Amino acid sequence: MTSAMTSRRTPARTDLFAGLPEIDEAVQRQLHARLVADASAAGILDVAYRTVDSPLGPLLLAATEQGLLRVAYAREDHDQVLAQLASSVSARVLRAPARTDLAARELEEYFAGQRTAFDLPLDLRLSTGFRRTVLVHLADIAYGTTASYAAVAGAAGNPGAVRAVGTACATNPLPVVLPCHRVIRSDGSVGQYVGGVDAKRTLLSLESAA
Amino acid sequence: MEPFEAVVQRHGPMVLRVCRAVLGPGAAADDAWSDTFLSALRAYPALRPGSNVEAWLVTIAHRKAIDVVRAESRRAVPTADLPELPSKDGLPGGWDTALWTALKALPPKQRATVAYHYLAGLPYADVAAIVGGSPAAARRAAADGIAALRKTYPGTEDREER
Repeated sequence: MTSAMTSRRTPARTDLFAGLPEIDEAVQRQLHARLVADASAAGILDVAYRTVDSPLGPLLLAATEQGLLRVAYAREDHDQVLAQLASSVSARVLRAPARTDLAARELEEYFAGQRTAFDLPLDLRLSTGFRRTVLVHLADIAYGTTASYAAVAGAAGNPGAVRAVGTACATNPLPVVLPCHRVIRSDGSVGQYVGGVDAKRTLLSLESAA
Repeated sequence: MEPFEAVVQRHGPMVLRVCRAVLGPGAAADDAWSDTFLSALRAYPALRPGSNVEAWLVTIAHRKAIDVVRAESRRAVPTADLPELPSKDGLPGGWDTALWTALKALPPKQRATVAYHYLAGLPYADVAAIVGGSPAAARRAAADGIAALRKTYPGTEDREER
């Protein structure tokens, strides 16, 4: 046999099926919703996600059965974030809005200035060790106030770990919900933010105005 | 490994066309599609990297279609007067009933090989692995199927003139 004969053939074409319509979107939506419901009932919908609109652009929300797992800004590239979740948490990822309904509602209230704290089950598995300790302490910084990276390092039990606090904030898997935007430089300047410095300023002014 | 949602988006329509070609456009095809993707989701984390995802999905769909037919024939025996309910979705927009009627007249193996080769785009080696037998036999079955369809399914010649 020649190599040409053993190479993978492209399927022969026939005009017989040329008239077949594309599967219409309503049917696909219906079947997708059924898959989500079946997967959820079977306990194999490991990561459910959706996107929501916000004053800071579209936000990706992803949740496991334990709770909210990830909030991501568009600049983080939602497709890439989902790919990371697929490899680090589970590839059983489906677009399924229901599981993040509560998170979506609380975020909407927050952006409307009607909510000062989030009351949600969280899944913190994407953050471990000292970074996770830092994230847990972020919730202690009250709405409308700020704390320095040094102060957060102290609160997390390691006053010298100022740079590590910066890293913990930069890799916060749950921005907005865990308020790393309230951590600023000791000299009062805003510092970096996973959603961009403008987003950080927007959040801080939203909180000071409310 | 990419998120399963991407697999559903990329291959969902192909699997539905295959299910409809094998089972007819209606509730049975929808059931087979749903069973296929639920099984696929369950097994997905164990899928070897570099696997041919289309062939994997069609393999599952083939088994699910057989299950659906078996379940239907079991149900069908004792009930003489079940009304012929139309699919809840209605006949999928523009799906060609004449084509389905022609496909339905084919022996199951011809129908399956035609669907898996021409609608799913699988090479005959993969088609043979799914339906059994040799690639050459799969190719013959598909060729016979296409020849039969050309006789019974009208209108393909005219289309170019319109």
